[in-house]
Amino acid sequence: MLRTIYIMWIREVKKFVRSRSRIVGALGQPILFLLALGYGLGSVFQAAGQGSYTQFLVPGIIGMAIIFTSIFNGMQIIWDRQFGFLKETLVAPVSRVAIMLGRTFGGATVATVQGCIVFALTLLFGFHPYSWTLLAPAVLLMFLIASLFSALGITVASFVRDMQGFQLVMNFLVMPIFFLSGALFPPTNAPLLLRVLATVDPLSYGVDGMRTLLIGSSHFGVVTDVMVVFVIAVVFVGIGSYCFTKLEV
Amino acid sequence: MANIIEVEDLKKSFAGIEAVRGISFSVQQGSTFGFLGPNGAGKSTTIKMLTTLLRPTTGSILIDGNDPTKDPHAVRRAIGVVFQDPSLDDDLTAWENMELHGVLYGVPRGTRRARISELLKFVELDDRRDSYVREFSGGMKRRLEIARGLLHHPKIIFLDEPTLGLDPQTRNHMWEYLGRLNEREGITVFFTTHYMDEADRNADKIAIIDHGSIIASGAGDELKRQTRKDSLEEAFLELTGRNIREEGASELEHLRMMRRARER
Repeated sequence: MLRTIYIMWIREVKKFVRSRSRIVGALGQPILFLLALGYGLGSVFQAAGQGSYTQFLVPGIIGMAIIFTSIFNGMQIIWDRQFGFLKETLVAPVSRVAIMLGRTFGGATVATVQGCIVFALTLLFGFHPYSWTLLAPAVLLMFLIASLFSALGITVASFVRDMQGFQLVMNFLVMPIFFLSGALFPPTNAPLLLRVLATVDPLSYGVDGMRTLLIGSSHFGVVTDVMVVFVIAVVFVGIGSYCFTKLEV
Repeated sequence: MANIIEVEDLKKSFAGIEAVRGISFSVQQGSTFGFLGPNGAGKSTTIKMLTTLLRPTTGSILIDGNDPTKDPHAVRRAIGVVFQDPSLDDDLTAWENMELHGVLYGVPRGTRRARISELLKFVELDDRRDSYVREFSGGMKRRLEIARGLLHHPKIIFLDEPTLGLDPQTRNHMWEYLGRLNEREGITVFFTTHYMDEADRNADKIAIIDHGSIIASGAGDELKRQTRKDSLEEAFLELTGRNIREEGASELEHLRMMRRARER
């Protein structure tokens, strides 16, 4: 069991380390958001009496890097299906749950590293965390968020057969999860509907938790954040394992 | 010799359409078995059921005494599979692909290393062990897949069109390997192919499947005698007809084509 998890995990990590273009490519979007929105809306945000927008935005941008990388990684199963490698793992005499867990944690590790790189870059753009000691729990929370979305990606990929489906998922699942999460705006004063949607969006809790740990401001409270992310991550890993076990080619 | 594969009245339907319509056959331990049929006849569906990737609708399968639906892991340990399309990870090296397979099949570390080395030499890829698979040609990938399929000492190796797209040199080479393996280790070989001469030369027994049913079986010579033809290719055409089959993009698609063909 552990050996299987390990070998699937190391596969994800090796593939990540070897594709430098993917690492750099995945950094472009969050940095663009940080620059365009951070500097573009910074003065408006400040004028509204909310303080520095860049400070506020960074946890959300890290969340963005994590969710995009981890969902994308989970959905690599679509590629593996198309290029045949999936079958190799499906005919192996090992529990599919172990394969699924290895993939989930592999994808989560990669997304966490990506999140850390984004964090390091934001320091160059003037971000300063409110406490350096809280960085370690912040990284752990990143891993938790990444596991959640990695498992979600695998679940979705169990039903989607081709890359057209991937676009659909990106536009109708990942984008809404990101935009409604309060990564870009404080949910406190948003219209009711938006606030309700933010409450059911798991990423809201992830971003809010990151905000607590990085800039010391919280909406739901950090304990709620971590609990919610943890429980939903466990649920999605469960659902993902079930779907992956039922997969036929 | 005992039968290592026993299939009884095996059926598989997709969305109400029968892809495999109650086939029965057996394969003797240590023999080489050719499973032939035109495109869309039900070959790949049958192989997927034998290798635990698809659940049969009804019927029974015994692989080395185990039922793939009840004890898939026992079946998986007993078989090696080389799929129709490559199933290697292109971003890993030849060695890493082998290593991953060895770990998944629980081959202990020491034996694993020695055996990977030995097998890579056997398929003449030892000097490329640290190259990425994406740099390999079609023939090299095939050889690597065969080596990988043998890593855990399977009793049966399934090869779904293993020589598709290979040049005659590589093809002959590959059959030489398989022949040697069959002799040396008594491994049972189950293969599909569209090259009739290849089937005739290598298979001890052949079964021909068409429209989901087995329409003939026996040694190559028997099939030729039955149809009074000189070559297996002629015999095959006599048995399955000369109409060209189209292979659909999906399983369902070519089932629809099959139905249309039958209704015509």
